[in-house]
Amino acid sequence: MSAHAETLHHGPAKGFSRWILTTNHKDIGTLYLVFSLIMLFIGGTMAFVIRAELFQPGLQLVMPEFFNQMTTMHGLIMIFGAVMPAFVGLANWQVPLMIGAPDMALPRLNNFSFWILPFAFTMLLSTLFMPGGAPNFGWTFYAPLSTTYAPPSVTFFVFAVHMMGISSILGAINVIVTIFNMRAPGMKMMDLPLFVWTWLITAFLLIAVMPVLAAVVTMVLMDVHFGTSFFSAAGGGDPVLFQHVFWFFAHPEVYIMVLPAFGVISEIIPTFARKPLFGYRAMVLATASIAFLSFIVWAHHMFTVGMPLAGELFFMYTTMLIAVPTGVKVFNWISTMFKGSMTFETPMLFAIAFIVLFTIGGLSGLMLAIAPADFQYHDTYFVVAHFHYVLVPGSVFGIIAGVYYWLPKWTGKMYDEKLGQWHFWLSFIGVNLTFFPMHFVGLAGMPRRIPDYALQFADFNMLTSLGAFLFGTTQLLFVYILVKTVRSGKPAEQLPWEGARGLEWSVPTPAPYHTFTTPPELDKE
Amino acid sequence: MKHWLKPSSPSGLMLIVVLMFGFGFALVPLYDVFCEVTGLNGKTNGAYQGDMNVQAANSDRIITVQFVANRNDNLPWEFSPQQEEIKLAVGAHKKTYFSVNNSYDRAVVAQAIPSVSPPQAADYLNKIECFCFQQQPLEAGEAKQFPLVFFIDPALPEDISKLTLSYTLFDISERDASGGD
Repeated sequence: MSAHAETLHHGPAKGFSRWILTTNHKDIGTLYLVFSLIMLFIGGTMAFVIRAELFQPGLQLVMPEFFNQMTTMHGLIMIFGAVMPAFVGLANWQVPLMIGAPDMALPRLNNFSFWILPFAFTMLLSTLFMPGGAPNFGWTFYAPLSTTYAPPSVTFFVFAVHMMGISSILGAINVIVTIFNMRAPGMKMMDLPLFVWTWLITAFLLIAVMPVLAAVVTMVLMDVHFGTSFFSAAGGGDPVLFQHVFWFFAHPEVYIMVLPAFGVISEIIPTFARKPLFGYRAMVLATASIAFLSFIVWAHHMFTVGMPLAGELFFMYTTMLIAVPTGVKVFNWISTMFKGSMTFETPMLFAIAFIVLFTIGGLSGLMLAIAPADFQYHDTYFVVAHFHYVLVPGSVFGIIAGVYYWLPKWTGKMYDEKLGQWHFWLSFIGVNLTFFPMHFVGLAGMPRRIPDYALQFADFNMLTSLGAFLFGTTQLLFVYILVKTVRSGKPAEQLPWEGARGLEWSVPTPAPYHTFTTPPELDKE
Repeated sequence: MKHWLKPSSPSGLMLIVVLMFGFGFALVPLYDVFCEVTGLNGKTNGAYQGDMNVQAANSDRIITVQFVANRNDNLPWEFSPQQEEIKLAVGAHKKTYFSVNNSYDRAVVAQAIPSVSPPQAADYLNKIECFCFQQQPLEAGEAKQFPLVFFIDPALPEDISKLTLSYTLFDISERDASGGD
């Protein structure tokens, strides 16, 4: 074989170095997804410790100091290690396939953005074995908990966050440049699949707020080591300033974690309803409005710091305004299903559960947005119930739905539908059993982040813990399904879903190592 | 727009990243400016520099000023106002003292941070002399009277008749490496 032919037809490199040196968007997508699955189980193990301790009132298993480290690390790992990399993985696989590009625009940068992550998380996890223990100040690392009262490992936490931030920023730059410059000829912006649109907007959010996170952790680092007083009142600083800068990052961050899931759902629902998406333009506009509004609502996380009335009202109303574009999206998904010829394969089940349960999370969010009522809910389990409803049956179900949906195209094999249905129903029961009772104990005043609780909360907490154990172990079934599919799944058809539309389904099954080396012809519909 | 500045190019996007990193830090002074302009946060101004008409002292509008003294981290110091509450006419000068006693067995440098409640009143409480303007060195076991001279601006909004001035005393010996000169 001539050297020329080899460059044209080469497949993946052999051996382990394939995964270290790869610049292929499909390989890197797989790396991201596998990495986030590993992180899901590490973060899940920490949730397991938390729920085991809270199974009964009193202190049974772990000391409060360790409990605090578990809640902190659980949050950090699930957000930065599980949910965000999973979406970047989906983007890596799907964005080039859906816009007809041969690869991401900056493939070497892509490799670099992924390979920062294992180092960042090794560093973060190593703090568990350090004297003084891991970070224990909650994932929100409020000053002065993360400055004056922080364990020595806070320095490692800061650098780990810096590295995760660099990884996210570079990944986002790659997505934006790819979408703007590498669309198939003739594909206009308003022809983009909705998953691509939501990711484009998410990437801009990442570009805008990850640097602010980098700035705030840098300020923490300087307060700890260089004698500055950004957040110390003694030196003229202000701890409330920390909360403002942090939430300026962290509120858009919650949309970063859910907008790509909106995109996945907007791909899946039309496929299984066998109808085109209702209100495409409205969906794009709603996504953009949510992204814009996310920048001006941050202080609804801090209603109780002693804001003036004008501030409370401003942030209350802008927060409630977000319900409008979100409502548009939910309405459009339901309208897409209306009078469709629906079938309920596993991706569709997860997508429908996403709509129902995310809406519950959205409604509890509206309750929390009511400033006067928030004084009762603040820092209770009601908040925990709210954000787990939008993150677990929201983002995580969105990711799982996407994996089931595109898995036949990725691997060329069909997953076991029966096991998929089991996975869905056990997850659905588990997630509701875990998080629904939290609403009740929260409204009754059970504070979050405390390893013990008053006796009257005992029954609901036991239910929550049982649900958590069910949900956690069910995800082992997910791993089993994935392994079984790759090893011995039945060959998938070229178009595994009858109603599926889009460029990603036009490539052979499984998707070859290189796709769209010549741009596809768009057939005008 | 120049090609490399476009938000669809890597360099243009990196520029956004750098600007947003700067913006994160710019939020620190912006926060102070915002609080000053809107009068939020209850921060008082520095030493009074103006020339308020003393005639205003004849006003019969009486304001109650309460004093609160806090110690940060519950430091083992004694810190208290000599008078917990003063009634005075708007425009009238008033001198009062705060007592402090360093019960540490070492010299410390203390810094008092003021805060006024309700915050809308902060701009109308003018201090001519305040111990909070300087860092206060205290020898081991030393007791001191900290003076405070202030008056209330007659322009204080009509609906405010009572305000609270709170001081929190911080130990800044470690921060102030020069050791209280």
